[in-house]
Amino acid sequence: MHKSKNIKLDNRSIYLRHLAIKGLAGGKRGHLGSAFSLIEILRVLYDKILDIDSNDPDNINRDRCILSKGHGCLALYSLLADKKFFPESELDKFCHFDGILGGHPEASKIPGVEASTGALGHGLSIGVGLAISAKIQRRNSRVFVIMGDGEINEGSIWEAALSAGKHKLDNLTAIIDYNKLQSYDKTSIVQDLEPLSDKWKSFGFEVEEVNGHDVTELENLFSNLPLKKSSPSAIILHTVKGKGIKEAEGNPKWHHKSKITESEINKLYSELELNL
Amino acid sequence: MRKTCLDMVYELAKADDRIVFIGSDLGAGTLSEMQKNMPERFFMEGVSEANIIGMAAGLAMDGFIPYVNTISTFITRRCYEQIAIDLCLHNLPVKLIANGGGLVYAPLGPTHLAIEDIAIMRSLPNMNIVSPSDAEEMKRFMNQSKEIKGPVYIRLAKGGDEIVSDPKNGFKFGESILIKDVGEVLIVSSGITTKEAIYASEELSKEGIKAGVLHMHTIKPFDYKSIIKYSQKVKLIVSVEEHIKNNGLGSAIGDVLNDNCYHKMPKLIKLGIPDQFPDKYGTQEDLLKYYSLDSKSIYESVLGFIKSKGLKAA
Repeated sequence: MHKSKNIKLDNRSIYLRHLAIKGLAGGKRGHLGSAFSLIEILRVLYDKILDIDSNDPDNINRDRCILSKGHGCLALYSLLADKKFFPESELDKFCHFDGILGGHPEASKIPGVEASTGALGHGLSIGVGLAISAKIQRRNSRVFVIMGDGEINEGSIWEAALSAGKHKLDNLTAIIDYNKLQSYDKTSIVQDLEPLSDKWKSFGFEVEEVNGHDVTELENLFSNLPLKKSSPSAIILHTVKGKGIKEAEGNPKWHHKSKITESEINKLYSELELNL
Repeated sequence: MRKTCLDMVYELAKADDRIVFIGSDLGAGTLSEMQKNMPERFFMEGVSEANIIGMAAGLAMDGFIPYVNTISTFITRRCYEQIAIDLCLHNLPVKLIANGGGLVYAPLGPTHLAIEDIAIMRSLPNMNIVSPSDAEEMKRFMNQSKEIKGPVYIRLAKGGDEIVSDPKNGFKFGESILIKDVGEVLIVSSGITTKEAIYASEELSKEGIKAGVLHMHTIKPFDYKSIIKYSQKVKLIVSVEEHIKNNGLGSAIGDVLNDNCYHKMPKLIKLGIPDQFPDKYGTQEDLLKYYSLDSKSIYESVLGFIKSKGLKAA
């Protein structure tokens, strides 16, 4: 298995976590652990890789990014707010009756969200359809689907993987946020995924693994897609659930938190400052 | 009806390059001409219904109009969450061609009998449901199908069904067709039970009983206005459905009567399959008789009511 080295977060990663905590404070709840393993993945995609413009979010030629693990949405909201797809003040209304940002992202409400997700195991099939569509229309749009490690317990993911391999979708990249901790316990205990890389390879994917918090490694990898012509790519990213908050790191109790108090929120902010 | 429906997909695709076909490893040779002439818009995928629905959703998000072809039970039971979320929540124009609606696959047993498909599809927001009576009506529907904005569940009977629809009645999605004028009785049917309803009505007329036949080819959105209108003219409504009695056509009629006709409510008799998995094989006709859904049973239900109430024939 790929060994993760401990990555120190830089200012931008800390700032994006601040935004996510702003959402968490607004809703007094949220999947913090699931979001914080994702921040660097989304940061690199939205900062450097994706051809998406918040001023023209429906441009047909855009790249498509689907957060299939919809419960990690606080990370996505953080990036979308930062890129001005919607005002940052929406984060204060996370999960509110009249807010647009729910506990799982909805495409009809949030500019920049491609598909409504939350029920696990849907995103890769939708990505297959979008990737086929781009091929038929001779567009260069690329499709990125981000999945959780618990999520890929779902059989529908492997149906979609078979299909992506069959159609040689080299414009499709499957990204696995492999933090090795699902909702109840470690993936190795609940549903062991190893050998994970071999699984994707055997379904016709070209596979790479890097540390999902190492911004430079992520940039290098995502800049060289597809990994192989005529094959879909699978990127297995070794991450830490709750990365950046010591109490949350590797702690299943932080998979989802509700009834979060103001003092807990202040503690989260202070801990982020310590990382600076 | 099945062949007509599939042939129409190819015809529609010739005129509109947004139309794609996705099959689920079903029917060797199905649409082979389309496969040959439009390989980019013909997909024969594996036995993977959940993936196919998501894939169709992705194509539809990008402007395509996918027609998905598989067996009714597999497309309703197995991938219900994909239909609910990928298609209905996003309100995407994906057409689900459901082979073997109702009791068509009688010899294959309960794993293949779609007896609750309408109930579960009807409960999804944004879903539309059609159940044409024969191949000719299917053709008229298919010509309008691509214009329907959201997802559509198309319930197919088997091939070679008798033609009972009349081109003069036309076809308008969402509007029922009054095939026979109402008297004291109205029989409401859909799919191939409309044929049984017509025969029952003809037999009843020999007894001097005028029984109208309202063909509800569109089950969702439900043509409640026609039910309200005719309910004020009749003493009995009989619903006939190749489906369990729960939450199908009869239940939809009952809801309309309950919500709108409390001041003058006709009796409603729901003919359908009881709340149990079928325990017999045989043919579709055998099971229609077994569940009292054939024309003779409809005739007897109406006659029994008329006699019990001492109503005079028209």
